[in-house]
Amino acid sequence: MSGQEKEFEKKSTEGKELEQEEKKQTESRSERFPNVPSSSEQSTAEEHKPETRLSIANQESSSNSTDQQQTSINPKKETTPPSGELKQENKEVLPKGPQAAITGKGKPSATPRPRPAAKPVKEEKPLPPSPEQPTLDRYVQLIREQVHEEAVEQGFVNRVNNHLPTLIIQSKWWLAVAELFKKHPDLAFDYVQNYSGVDYETHMEVVIHLYSFTHEKRVCFRIKTDREEARVPSVVHLWHAANWNEREIYDLLGIHFENHPDLKRILLPDHWVGHPLRKDYVPLDKEV
Amino acid sequence: MEMNLENITPFEEEEIKRNVLTTNLERIKAWARSNSIWPLTFGLACCAIEMMGTGASHYDLDRFGVMFRASPRQSDLMIVAGTVTKKMAPLLRRLYDQMPEPKWVIAMGSCATAGGPYVKSYAVVKGVDQVVPVDVYIPGCPPNPAALIYGIHKLQEKIRYEARTGKKVTSE
Repeated sequence: MSGQEKEFEKKSTEGKELEQEEKKQTESRSERFPNVPSSSEQSTAEEHKPETRLSIANQESSSNSTDQQQTSINPKKETTPPSGELKQENKEVLPKGPQAAITGKGKPSATPRPRPAAKPVKEEKPLPPSPEQPTLDRYVQLIREQVHEEAVEQGFVNRVNNHLPTLIIQSKWWLAVAELFKKHPDLAFDYVQNYSGVDYETHMEVVIHLYSFTHEKRVCFRIKTDREEARVPSVVHLWHAANWNEREIYDLLGIHFENHPDLKRILLPDHWVGHPLRKDYVPLDKEV
Repeated sequence: MEMNLENITPFEEEEIKRNVLTTNLERIKAWARSNSIWPLTFGLACCAIEMMGTGASHYDLDRFGVMFRASPRQSDLMIVAGTVTKKMAPLLRRLYDQMPEPKWVIAMGSCATAGGPYVKSYAVVKGVDQVVPVDVYIPGCPPNPAALIYGIHKLQEKIRYEARTGKKVTSE
């Protein structure tokens, strides 16, 4: 600490020298950069100049000393402050200085801020094909061959979700597709990662994410269903883990799973009325 | 029993003044009960963590005679520590009914007092006082151990006050 204080004292004695240096620089600055728009040159009248400069110089010397105190850890900066840096500081300090008050002119008249040029319209480049696109195509091909030509309503790669191949399946073909994806040796999706439902207000949807440990592949299926008569075949006989998830979806969204072994509420009490995650659900007690 | 108070010496009189305490039975009972409140372990959510911390060696609820019991039949107090869902409410009521008289309830934390952050939820009871009568409400989310100890002290105070004055401490 004491060492630093000593250094600081040194700085303050050097400050006077700096002040003079500053003066020179502020005087020479206008000569060196005649094109640089500085507010003082444009706004201040000639007779005000010397007076304002003095005050500016004082202010700057003080600010510089504090600056050096802060940067004194760095030995290179402390020994010889490069003139370039100082000039930079000058530019920054000048508009804030007292000359604006003296002239009585505000900022707007001083220098109109340069407007950023209008951005050139970027042409959208076509994205490179997803690495999972062949996998998706193969799945679609397999379903078309082994299940039905119209079983896949839509297929796309969910790029945001780490290129997850996503297939929207017609409800009536879903069971056959699930069986294929579980039992086919090239697919062998033996693990249910996620199983949930969505209320889109126009229709309901069941979303299931499958994973194959043997092939280390993921796939997502979405099965649309009617909102009022929401029915989707259960897949509990294929993946036992789906049991509670289907009960949860039934509990909260009211989607019935056909041939589920024990389709009853899982989270809410048995006597509950309604399915709370439906968008049109109205709770019995709004608030207390 | 003959006391024969005429013949006691001044020394004996002094001793009696120092060692004999007169009170009534209600106050003795209240004194005993308030110093051995056995709560039922009823942790439902994060408040339970604070309750367990209060019961553990650092805050040491045992020094107030507060020892957690795992059976409602052996408990005097139910500390409802956490969110009470509508599914849990009937079970909470049943456990309360299984506790022997006299019994008290502390609603610990904002969930148990008024639903807390889940006040707009479809599944949460907005305050445990809709299910069982509550003696002490402890605010906080969750209340820290010191707050829980303060609440228990308030309950002790209430038990003794009711015995002393014969008046009930109620919110009305």
